[in-house]
Amino acid sequence: MSAQPKAVASDVHADHHADEHDHPGWQIYARIAVILTVITGVEVATYYVDALHDYLIWVLAPLTAAKFIIVVAYYMHLKFDHKLLTYVFLAGMIAAGGIMLALLGLFNSLW
Amino acid sequence: MAAEILHPTNTGIDSRKLAMWAFLASDCMFFGSLISAYMVSRHRSVQGPYPEELINIPFTSVSAFVLLMSSLAMVLALSGIQRGDMRLFRIWILATSLLGGIFLAGQIYEFHHFYHEHLTLSRNLFGSSFFTLTGFHGTHVAVGVAWLMSLFFASFRPGLVTKAKALNVEIAGLYWHFVDIVWIIIFTLVYLLPYD
Repeated sequence: MSAQPKAVASDVHADHHADEHDHPGWQIYARIAVILTVITGVEVATYYVDALHDYLIWVLAPLTAAKFIIVVAYYMHLKFDHKLLTYVFLAGMIAAGGIMLALLGLFNSLW
Repeated sequence: MAAEILHPTNTGIDSRKLAMWAFLASDCMFFGSLISAYMVSRHRSVQGPYPEELINIPFTSVSAFVLLMSSLAMVLALSGIQRGDMRLFRIWILATSLLGGIFLAGQIYEFHHFYHEHLTLSRNLFGSSFFTLTGFHGTHVAVGVAWLMSLFFASFRPGLVTKAKALNVEIAGLYWHFVDIVWIIIFTLVYLLPYD
């Protein structure tokens, strides 16, 4: 009777090891920091370009999203961790997005 | 790096780590609401000072850079403890705390400056929503700095911060990086988006 739970626990640990991979080394982390710095620099530079003034949201949105995704994927290791963690965080993000859309829509602030 | 699991779980994920991700997911909704409230209110002040008169992009850009670099220091601290290199861990966790402290000092300076320009929590809609949003973010940063400093001091006591307990550092790191990604969004929506 006691052998079965042990086997289950062993499988759980095997799954755990299969789903988690080694995190990147410091060279990758440093490269990511350089990329994040460059993107931030581009964001700030676009702020000062008058020609982009009316389209700033369309330039900044993908840059901001890229920074967000890079930090979550690499620094928070979501890319290397169990998929369930991605789903948990994504659920919160989707709910937050819904709240934002609802509030902005309610007050006519979407555009 | 597979971290220590105190008790076997059905998912194979340590419950503490899953709980932290669930907390961060709920915090997304919290900040989503505050950011929306700011976006709704920022154009609706009936008296000054208005955001375009006060916002200082070069100053805030440096703050954003400091917080980004603190995220780098945090992953290096985690990498150090996962390799069992206590010296490396202490250097980088201290650097992370220091950068967090610099960010907070910048925020206090900004609040002080805005106050002297007659922007207060109750002055207008911009003041209310701005101070609430950035103040709650700053509180998160302050809690993070306290957490990281507690890990730094705990590392001098035998057995509290070890390679086998690297998950404790990883969980603190998740919180710290979350604070960073929230600022990434605040920096764009509050500071960089034009107000006219």
